[in-house]
Amino acid sequence: MFHWLEKHPFFFAVGIFVTIAFAGLVEILPNFAQASRPVIGTAPYSTLELAGRHVYIKNSCNACHSQLVRPFKSETDRYGHYSLSGEYAYDRPFLWGSKRTGPDLMRVGNYRTTDWHENHMKSPSGVVPGSIMPAYTWMFKNKADINTAYAEQLTVSQFFSTPYNKPVPMKDGSTKIVKMGASTAEANALALAEAKVIAADMKDQDVKDAVANGQIPEIVALIAYMNSLK
Amino acid sequence: MENRPLEYDYTVAKMFMFTTIALGIVGMLIGVILAFELAFPGVNTILGQGLAEFTNYSRLRPLHTDAVIFGFTLSGIWATWYYVGQRVLKVSMAESGFLMFIGKLHFVLYMVVVVAVVASLFLGITTSKEYAEFEWPIDIAVVVVWVLFGVSIFGLIGIRREKSLYISIWYYIATFLGIAMLYLFNNMEIPTMLATNAAGESGIGNWWHSVSMYAGTNDALVEWWYGHNAVAFGFTVPIVAMIYYFLPKESGQAIYSYKLSLLSFWGLMFVYLWAGGHHLLYSTVPDWMQTMGSIFSVILILPSWGSAINMLLTMKGEWQQVAASPLIKFMVLGSTFYMFSTLEGPIQAIKSVNAIAHFTDWIVGHVHDGTLGWVGFMIMAALYHMAPRVFKREIYSKSLMVSQFWIQTLGVVLYFTSMWIAGITQGMMWRAHDEFGNLAYSFIDTVTVLHPYYAIRGVGGLLYLVGFLMFAYNIYKTMSARPVEESELQNASPMGA
Repeated sequence: MFHWLEKHPFFFAVGIFVTIAFAGLVEILPNFAQASRPVIGTAPYSTLELAGRHVYIKNSCNACHSQLVRPFKSETDRYGHYSLSGEYAYDRPFLWGSKRTGPDLMRVGNYRTTDWHENHMKSPSGVVPGSIMPAYTWMFKNKADINTAYAEQLTVSQFFSTPYNKPVPMKDGSTKIVKMGASTAEANALALAEAKVIAADMKDQDVKDAVANGQIPEIVALIAYMNSLK
Repeated sequence: MENRPLEYDYTVAKMFMFTTIALGIVGMLIGVILAFELAFPGVNTILGQGLAEFTNYSRLRPLHTDAVIFGFTLSGIWATWYYVGQRVLKVSMAESGFLMFIGKLHFVLYMVVVVAVVASLFLGITTSKEYAEFEWPIDIAVVVVWVLFGVSIFGLIGIRREKSLYISIWYYIATFLGIAMLYLFNNMEIPTMLATNAAGESGIGNWWHSVSMYAGTNDALVEWWYGHNAVAFGFTVPIVAMIYYFLPKESGQAIYSYKLSLLSFWGLMFVYLWAGGHHLLYSTVPDWMQTMGSIFSVILILPSWGSAINMLLTMKGEWQQVAASPLIKFMVLGSTFYMFSTLEGPIQAIKSVNAIAHFTDWIVGHVHDGTLGWVGFMIMAALYHMAPRVFKREIYSKSLMVSQFWIQTLGVVLYFTSMWIAGITQGMMWRAHDEFGNLAYSFIDTVTVLHPYYAIRGVGGLLYLVGFLMFAYNIYKTMSARPVEESELQNASPMGA
């Protein structure tokens, strides 16, 4: 059989393809629908949070920070409850990472504040002596891209029925509505309103001025995203 | 034609040899910079605060991985394909104007993709998925380049004189099909400019931005099904294709066992794809899938060692060649590192070991003993073997090759030993509890302790880069070395002092 295959390239290639495609079908298909169901308490990202997530991705934060708490005592002690599949239902892409040069950030919103992040992003080793993380000073100057975040919200709500402007069940039995603008102007207004809340807790005068003038520096969006990780 | 050997046309092979070397230097240089950034964070702002955005670790990291995978390795795969393909199929590219055109177009479009990738990653335009960072416009270009590679493979097979496909061709076909399937499914994404809102606005935001079709756990599963097997079909399958051709050619020995090559080929094809799950142990993917990933990773030792042992036994009775020829040294040590790396990987895939190893530098060490010791050595050996045939000149300097071999071997050993220690130290410190049941170390303790190992790793990487520059220089000088006759090029490559 093998000698015959080696003289018939077409059937040889078909043979290879069937052999390699088999595993993917068995592994990926059976749990696909189940794994994408959100758990109670998981809400989609707001416009500003999503813009912050884009800043996180733009700077490959996931190259050094994981967002996956494994079910070990040492990890739950350090980072909080272990991760559940449904908590990632609105993560496109997933940001689990593969290397922990820095600590896990899955629930960083539970134990770090706006103020802490501001100081830390400006000078990591000033806040954590011995830290090897670079400073991200440009995030205080570059402006966050709210329009792209809004376009992503629109895309996921249209293609994947992500529940924007709809009540989402929370853990305490209440519901939460994450708003998405009906127009680009409204989306920017929503993001700015959120940014003002963050900027109120910050000290950097340039950032405060920018937000007061209707602009949103990347750092504000990033902190909004960090604070949402719980 | 009268009875004389075929003349092969190496135009396209030469082009890809050039990019193998150029992108190898770029990728490895960035790697060394990254290594020193971790050891000495001041390196992050080496070009000043103003350019820090483009020189800091996080912006450069995807550039390193993509430059060595899709730059150096892929160029090496194509350089050897455009050389080996003609020779084992007994047909010259010059016989088909169409295939020659496809080959050149393949190279030109590849260059366009390389430029687009470098520019976009420097600007931070990335999807964040490891080894699949490119946004949709580049993905489409990659697919076109890949289809051209496929046309070249099957086109050349279509006009072949040798009816039976040699083992190397099996592996090149598998590379083409495997990457095609993986890349397509992992990069399923929707450009966000397609969305319209209630106000009728569309094309909002950056046109190149897209959102993954999969969310969360599913996205992770598809990504590591891709990520692990991009290693399979980029770092294993095509490199095995190379060694099955170049080792017998250079040593003048026949492959030890046809049956063993059959077993390892079909075994590798079936088993490798299952193993992706070992990147997701203790994550939120279903348990049965994690267990499958673990088990199949261990089974993977069989086909991997099958190929490696087949190569080492090919040298049976001819071991003096290892001492005599630096070219054989590269290939034999490459096979040995392949065995080593494919034993280490399955060990790390065992769940209890993975609990310590995952997220640490041990994984980084594992990747690099495979890529530096196996992929890098084999591609350089292949280019060394090709150079005298392509340029019709002897290799410029044998002694330079020998020095390069030992410098790089030392570099690889420093690299993986330091990363082993770093990884296991960090993994153990993360999980340590004191006598009251509290965590024994804060996270920063587990970072500062790694400083010496990061410094040693940087030195190891630097040595490897120095060796690679020696390789580049040797190939460059070969182009003006002593000309050789076709008759001198039977097996062992001619080398100058």
